Amino acid sequence: MSADHKTTQLDAPLSETTRTVTLVTWKTVGVLLVVTVLYALLLIAVPHSGDTRFLLSQRSDFFQIPVIVVPAAPFAWACGAVMLAVTAVAVVLTARGRRTPLWLVVIYSLAGLAGFLAWAGAGSPRDLSIVGLLGGAVLWSVPFVYGALGGVIGERSGVVNIAIEAQLLGAAFTAAIVSSITNSAFAGLFAAVFAGALVALVLGLFAITYHVNQVIVGVVLNVLVVGLTSFLYSQVLVPSAETLNSTTRFASIPIPVLSDIPVLGPVLFDQPLPIYLMFIAVPTVWYTLNRTRWGLRLRAVGEHPKAADTVGIDVVRTRYNAVLVAGAVAGLGGAFYTTVYLSQFGENMTGGAGYIALAAVIFGKWDPIRSAFAGLLFGFASNLQNVLSVVGSPVPSQFMLMVPYVVTLLAVAGLVGRSRPPAASGEPYIKG
Amino acid sequence: MLLELRGITKRFGALVANDHIDLVVQPGEIHSLLGENGAGKSTLMNVLYGLYDADEGEILLDGVVQNFSGPGDAMAAGIGMVHQHFMLVPVFTVAENVMLGHEQTRGGGRLDLEAARAQVKEISARFGFHVDPDAVVEDLPVGVQQRVEIIKALSRNADVLVFDEPTAVLTPQETDELMAIMRQLRDEGSAIVFITHKLREVREVADRITVIRHGKVVGEALPTASDAELASLMVGRSVELRVHKGSPQLRDNGLKVANLVVTNEVGTVVVDDISFEVRGGEVLVVAGVQGNGQTELTEALLGLEHNVSGSITLDGEELVGRSVRRILDEGVGFVPEDRTLDGLIGEFTIAENLMLDRSDGPPFVKAGALQLPFRDRFAKEKVAEFDVRTQGITTQVGRLSGGNQQKVVLARELSRDLRLFVAAQPTRGVDVGSIEFIHKRIVATRDAGVPVLVVSTELDEAVALADRIMVMYRGTVVGIVPADTPRDVLGLMMAGISPEDAKGEVA
Repeated sequence: MSADHKTTQLDAPLSETTRTVTLVTWKTVGVLLVVTVLYALLLIAVPHSGDTRFLLSQRSDFFQIPVIVVPAAPFAWACGAVMLAVTAVAVVLTARGRRTPLWLVVIYSLAGLAGFLAWAGAGSPRDLSIVGLLGGAVLWSVPFVYGALGGVIGERSGVVNIAIEAQLLGAAFTAAIVSSITNSAFAGLFAAVFAGALVALVLGLFAITYHVNQVIVGVVLNVLVVGLTSFLYSQVLVPSAETLNSTTRFASIPIPVLSDIPVLGPVLFDQPLPIYLMFIAVPTVWYTLNRTRWGLRLRAVGEHPKAADTVGIDVVRTRYNAVLVAGAVAGLGGAFYTTVYLSQFGENMTGGAGYIALAAVIFGKWDPIRSAFAGLLFGFASNLQNVLSVVGSPVPSQFMLMVPYVVTLLAVAGLVGRSRPPAASGEPYIKG
Repeated sequence: MLLELRGITKRFGALVANDHIDLVVQPGEIHSLLGENGAGKSTLMNVLYGLYDADEGEILLDGVVQNFSGPGDAMAAGIGMVHQHFMLVPVFTVAENVMLGHEQTRGGGRLDLEAARAQVKEISARFGFHVDPDAVVEDLPVGVQQRVEIIKALSRNADVLVFDEPTAVLTPQETDELMAIMRQLRDEGSAIVFITHKLREVREVADRITVIRHGKVVGEALPTASDAELASLMVGRSVELRVHKGSPQLRDNGLKVANLVVTNEVGTVVVDDISFEVRGGEVLVVAGVQGNGQTELTEALLGLEHNVSGSITLDGEELVGRSVRRILDEGVGFVPEDRTLDGLIGEFTIAENLMLDRSDGPPFVKAGALQLPFRDRFAKEKVAEFDVRTQGITTQVGRLSGGNQQKVVLARELSRDLRLFVAAQPTRGVDVGSIEFIHKRIVATRDAGVPVLVVSTELDEAVALADRIMVMYRGTVVGIVPADTPRDVLGLMMAGISPEDAKGEVA
């Protein structure tokens, strides 16, 4: 054997020389099966008849698309048939040891969604607005997306940002006061960024400097901020609501031409500033993490802090940087509540959005873009309830309130593939 | 660059890891630092590299006193280190790892990956490394990962290069290649510190040898010194380097493994269709470079792996599919490869650790209550029998030295009636004195008629203990050969070359 032979053998990546097999789990099939059965039971137990009217364009639109009217029951059952077919295909694929491709799951979800909407809106004289459905989803996803970005940045550096909820709520509260006093939505937004970073600083202090368990610090911070904002709300905001708790909000800015595109125009290009900012923030965070020195060092510290230390990178400072930026980004999401959505702060108004953002981080496999899409999905689920109540759906609103959480659970439990968190996530770095 | 360490002292609490150590390394020489595990070699190098602050003493480069507040300073001063546990980010590419910490950027803060790639290629070509700058580090074999570490150090123009136990993870051939690289670096004028506890390598490559024991420099030696001289200097007394054992008395009982396949959780086949037999009264040593399926093989034997197919029979009884508890009850003794992680509970006392696998019934537990007097009597007996050096049976296991910890594991596993004994890396991180003892116990177990399977990555140990040697490579068995097979042949087998081809090549 020549020396060349040996080196090529040693240099070949393991994946090329070691046999691999595809391991399949029945998890995805299980989820599909359960949802299909639940869907069928719903149609049987509470049959709806009549027509459902899907509205694709708004009155003011330049291009008008006619209302699509479908007979609810047959359409819902047809959708159910599609779901069943996909489930069957998934069973066959899994039995043959192959994975269920994502596009099948997407088809399944779309069919289920269309069928459910048809069922829910059946017999209502009002139109079910697709623009409202999608536009609302984008709007509702704002705290999830910003929160998830904050989670991704923190965790890629090795600090689990459980305190997203605290950052959102603290930021919403601060934005409300500052925006009310200054009569400026911009000032509110800046204050929110500051508040988010402040909560993150406390997290960093305990998690990075004092090596306290990051999950515990995060949860404690969440509870602390709920208590603190509720206390200040009842003692300070309620007595002088006029001056301290009536905010100036961001107005929608339609972008010329683009906002006239049917359906997508009003959904994407007729929104207030923080939402445009979000469209920019997602790719920016991706670029920064993957293509810049700051991002490379941040990821190194989150994967193998000691290796980073041995090449002269200050692990503690890098993590503080990351956590502060994470808090600031999450703060932008908090500003949504009081400078976009409502013009006042309400007790515990984030209602667990931070935890959903955390789920989006995992569902998105610690990638900013995937996590943003996960946030969008959860935003869609949250908005569903609003749309259906407008249509006057017979579905009890309490039931619909569960939807985002059920979707989160199903998504994270059943559909997320194998994912690997940053290796040093949650590990304090102790020198020596 | 001339490196001098003067009176370096480093304490961890009451423990003095380095006691006034003096060391001079000239440019253009390979200076070997020889000492047992725990003698303080790595501590000394971590002081040199700025990872630890010395309590006393100073570091001089070309006669100038240095003050390192961190590895960044040490690197800037021209010190490079190839760490024992590679300091590479597994999910990064080679180029990303090499540039980390001194990245060049282009417009928009964008990383200049092109420059890093070019640098990797340039250094790679200079030393004949064949390293692809875009390969992800975790996909590379360890030998190549080590070259990435070397490239990393050289990319920062290091004049002093420290190799910390660099051969622990290499095949003998890779070790030879590394030595050639070290000589080449020396000839280019680098000062090289080579830390090891392997006598053979020291004699082969070192220009000068400094021996460290219990944190102190105990002497210098020349590469012409014999193994016995170096060993006695290192240990402080004369040691028996050979294992004495008679020819095996084979019995009919034993372990039979047929078509065993183990798949890990991401679908990689880590043990790929292997079959072998270990009969009562013989030692089969599984040799090979770390990470070629040995760990998974032993864990499959104990029932710790999930995706297992094929058959494992012990005296005719099938073990695949049984729970760990039931396999232990069949009389399987197991020494895991990482005792602190899988073998012992550091916070528990010696007595508690000795009964860990017996907590399900008499005589240690009656009616749900621990039988403390019985346990303590048992522990005292075992501590004496296995020569565990400790103040008492209530000492926390985590406070013992590596050798004494391993004796506790061995005492627990060998004090049951065994029908199979599996020992993975039984002497890793163990002092020479304890190694002698552990080897004797393993041979005694074999002579009692128990089939013994030992996993070892140290070729010396494999040759010394084995009746037969089975070499594994990338999950498969390259071959099962007699213990007197030449080292060169075994070395080639560890790189995946079949015994026939290996013999042909050596001859």
